[in-house]
Amino acid sequence: MSWVTKTLNSTLGKKLLMALTGLFLILFLVVHLVGNLQLLLPDEGEAFNKYAESMATNPFIRVVSIGNFAFILLHVIYSILLTRHNRKSRPIGYAESAASTNSTWSSRNMGILGTVILIFLLVHLKGFYYEIKFGEMPFIDYEGVSYKNVFAIVAAAYSNVLYVAFYVVCMGFLAFHLSHGFASAFQTLGLNHVKYSPLIKKVGIGFSILVPTLFALIPVVMYIQSL
Amino acid sequence: MQLTLKIWRQKNASDKGGFVTYPVKDVSKDMSFLEMLDVLNEGLIEKGEDPVHFDHDCREGICGTCSLYINGKPHGPLQTTTCQLHMRSFSDGQTITIEPWRAKAFPIVKDLVVNRSAFDRIIQAGGYVSVGTGGVPDANEIPIPKNIADLAMDAAQCIGCGACVAACKNASAMLFTSAKISQLALLPQGQVERKTRAEKMVAQMDAEGFGACTNTGACEAECPKGISITNIARMNREYFSAVLSSENI
Amino acid sequence: MILDSKIPAGPLAEKWTKHKFNSKLVNPANKRKYEVIVVGTGLAGASAAASLAELGYNVKAFTFHDSPRRAHSIAAQGGINAAKNYQNDGDSVFRLFYDTIKGGDYRAREANVYRLAEVSVKIIDQCVAQGVPFAREYGGLLANRSFGGAQVSRTFYARGQTGQQLLLGAYSALSRQVANGKVKLYPRSEMMDVVMIDGHARGIVTRNLITGAVETHSGHAVLLCTGGYGNVFYLSTNAMGSNVTAAWRAHKRGAYFANPCFTQIHPTCIPVSGDHQSKLTLMSESLRNDGRVWVPATKETAEKLRKGQVKVNDIKEEDRDYFLERKYPSFGNLVPRDVASRNAKYVCDEGRGVNETGEAVFLDFREAVKRDGKSIIESKYGNLFDMYKQITGEDPYEVPMMIYPAVHYTMGGLWVDYNLMTTIPGLYALGEANFSDHGANRLGASALMQGLADGYFVIPYTIGDYLASTPPKPVDTTHPEFEKAAAEVKSRVEQLLKIKGKKTVDYFHKKLGKIMWNECGMARSAEGLKKAKAEIKQLKKDFWSDVKVLGTNEELNHSLEKAHRVADFIELGELMIDDALSREESCGGHFREEYQTPEGEALRDDENFAYVAAWKYMGENQEEELYKEPLIFENVKLTQRSYK
Repeated sequence: MSWVTKTLNSTLGKKLLMALTGLFLILFLVVHLVGNLQLLLPDEGEAFNKYAESMATNPFIRVVSIGNFAFILLHVIYSILLTRHNRKSRPIGYAESAASTNSTWSSRNMGILGTVILIFLLVHLKGFYYEIKFGEMPFIDYEGVSYKNVFAIVAAAYSNVLYVAFYVVCMGFLAFHLSHGFASAFQTLGLNHVKYSPLIKKVGIGFSILVPTLFALIPVVMYIQSL
Repeated sequence: MQLTLKIWRQKNASDKGGFVTYPVKDVSKDMSFLEMLDVLNEGLIEKGEDPVHFDHDCREGICGTCSLYINGKPHGPLQTTTCQLHMRSFSDGQTITIEPWRAKAFPIVKDLVVNRSAFDRIIQAGGYVSVGTGGVPDANEIPIPKNIADLAMDAAQCIGCGACVAACKNASAMLFTSAKISQLALLPQGQVERKTRAEKMVAQMDAEGFGACTNTGACEAECPKGISITNIARMNREYFSAVLSSENI
Repeated sequence: MILDSKIPAGPLAEKWTKHKFNSKLVNPANKRKYEVIVVGTGLAGASAAASLAELGYNVKAFTFHDSPRRAHSIAAQGGINAAKNYQNDGDSVFRLFYDTIKGGDYRAREANVYRLAEVSVKIIDQCVAQGVPFAREYGGLLANRSFGGAQVSRTFYARGQTGQQLLLGAYSALSRQVANGKVKLYPRSEMMDVVMIDGHARGIVTRNLITGAVETHSGHAVLLCTGGYGNVFYLSTNAMGSNVTAAWRAHKRGAYFANPCFTQIHPTCIPVSGDHQSKLTLMSESLRNDGRVWVPATKETAEKLRKGQVKVNDIKEEDRDYFLERKYPSFGNLVPRDVASRNAKYVCDEGRGVNETGEAVFLDFREAVKRDGKSIIESKYGNLFDMYKQITGEDPYEVPMMIYPAVHYTMGGLWVDYNLMTTIPGLYALGEANFSDHGANRLGASALMQGLADGYFVIPYTIGDYLASTPPKPVDTTHPEFEKAAAEVKSRVEQLLKIKGKKTVDYFHKKLGKIMWNECGMARSAEGLKKAKAEIKQLKKDFWSDVKVLGTNEELNHSLEKAHRVADFIELGELMIDDALSREESCGGHFREEYQTPEGEALRDDENFAYVAAWKYMGENQEEELYKEPLIFENVKLTQRSYK
């Protein structure tokens, strides 16, 4: 085994990958959110459609999006590897547990939270990404240029109350996942310091509330608009 | 006080084991938890039944021998060792569930006794400064800033009881391993072998079958010596920088 | 046999240097052909095993614990003395030597104690190099404190966990040698006997505590680093597992036992709370720096207090008797351990003791809190106050602490010569297991010093002298002596399991403890000792006919382990009584009521008792024979200790 594979196979190495991919995905969330918020602009989706077009055509963004998929995949694969390893580390569990007295629920259930988020992600990708890329799309003209009318697809989806509800609930799961994951990633990277750790924790909590709320706000607002 | 004890009994490593319930009477609030078990055992012996085996020695909270997972928590409801836990922390009529530490790396020997020699092997992998007896410089030739010495002492206080492993949902030994790596990484004496130490101790920790860290902080919350997970972050730093820069292939 | 202490000739300060030079050396290429057995992995055992392995010897290290790091050295709180004179306050090797000899009430060997003081400085260097995080000043250099009434600050410490840090240092050195393959570790293995071939110790018999297997191990020398025997009193500050078995079996094979009656009773322990009590907890001696010791002035008040009719804080100043300050105006609450302990006993015997049992005195911080403020007291003793509160449920900031003396350390042990060899050639005793350098009373922070001195800096030199004259050919465990010793151990196990009596092992242990504490504890008299001797003889008979040991040998069986240990404690108890009876003087921890000054202070008899009492085992139920090693003082003048 080379030192690289040896390192990545160690418990610390696996955690390192979780933390790095996790932090990247956190960054991705911000970028994604900024783009999506354009859905709420009062311009009938023009800005959003243009943004979607640029995302699909910009070669740099395409590379990043492939990386993004790869990181999601790595994050999932390594979480499975770690969970299997951790299960094996305690083949017989306790009859009684008072874990709630020493740790938060979300920190102990990152796997469950992550699984829900993964399911959401698949639905989300099927509903939008796949449709936009491979489905039959309506088009719209702005200043004589034809764009895929992604906004229309989104607006249609968000007029379905069940879909909106699903979206909102999943964002709740994301919030809990982030509430532990954000600070945890820094701890795993070894970035723990008396001066900065309290700040990282606060920012993490703030992030885990703000970002999923804003994400959830979009379908809710669009649903109301559709009424 | 009267109590009901639900205790894990297991004859030996290969026995399947199970819970047995024992009522105990006349428990004084001033008894330590282990003294309460002593009383139970005296009664069992008088009745001709095999006493409950549990590890214990100094009974003053420093040797790290006592264990016991009491009502879902290592060392019971207080952040202390089981030997320092007193019955006034329980109420009359309560049912107390007592289990052994559960981890693949801590196989059960009998009843509540587990084998924690995995910890010894982690230390053997590098938890030392390789100096022989004699031929060392005068003690005051190595000045160490007080805050650094204090931090090293914070980490060095680990008693090796294994509560961190027991508390961790993954049965991870990161807190134990990181405490030693931290102590020696902080001190000038530990610098020479710093990289190799981190690599070897982490490798041994993994080889023993302990789990990974999810940063739940349960270990820190349950550690009777209050060892901080800051040490785990430091170990991670030490390990990552070691694998990137050391010449160990 | 004449006891030859092998003390080298020449001036005191040069003895050790000369002796090291005169000792034979083992050829480096030959060292790997020798096997050394080390029993016990505390400070003495771990340091010896590591140091010998570093030299190239093959070491087998045994401990009954699950890990070498559990040894009871770990519980030492206060610190370790060393004559570094870092504080520029007049300390020197000679002063540490002098203080230790005087503190031991002139019942220790000058040459040994001087060597101890001499190597003390190297211990600190060694521990620091290992990464022991001693307390430091802001400038980064080592901090010291004065301890146990010493007039210089020579005590090095690591918070209140000095023993832990030093043991972990030695444990780390040991672990390194385990990794190197030079030490083979045998955890959960209890030594049951010494194997002798042609008059030399050549191996041991052990019982594997998990499987019950009786095993034999051979070596060219055997080191007993098995600690003290304070648990003969049942209640002590020792760990539950601390026992005399290894030393006692060696004694029965021919190693003389020296000064068994010299035990140290520590004054500041948390009092007994009831019959369920399994051990006593020490509170650091440093508490006496600020706490004032008192009991109610009259028996009547004390009785009311015990019955809960008055509250302690309601007792007026004039109704309190600060007995140490009253009797010893110049030292007050800081009198040495033995004096403080004895006086606590006196006031309790007068019926003025407190706590429900009447066996406790107050240690009051009210004035200190008033004077310095709670935060200062908290910074000094916060952890101790917390520990006290956890154990007793009372808050020492609100009500005075209660303390009572408890057995803490045993100065007696296997007789050893200057090389630490017992009267059995090839069998050594190190640390608390030997009769040591502390005479009749050990000073605070000296036990850690001695354990490490023996292991790191004495035995690596002295063992070579013996091994150099021993052929390096392997010792064969098929030798009939091994089989014989193993068979004896097995038959003893069977015997214990066969009795199937009615009383538990603890019943006998508690009973023994009570006898020892009452008659061979803080104050002893010929009458009481004789009575105790008869009681112990009876107890031994009862034990071997009525003890109830359940289960089998072939499993983890704590009752069986304990039965072995208690059987040995009973025999040791009788020897302690003999020793206490024959020493017709009061010195250090040994106080004979018949020998006291008119003021009730200890009266030493240097003319007749300045000797080491070494006892030879003469056979089952035979009286042991006393051999005297005279103590010769050439460098100190014997004086009476006074703390008035």
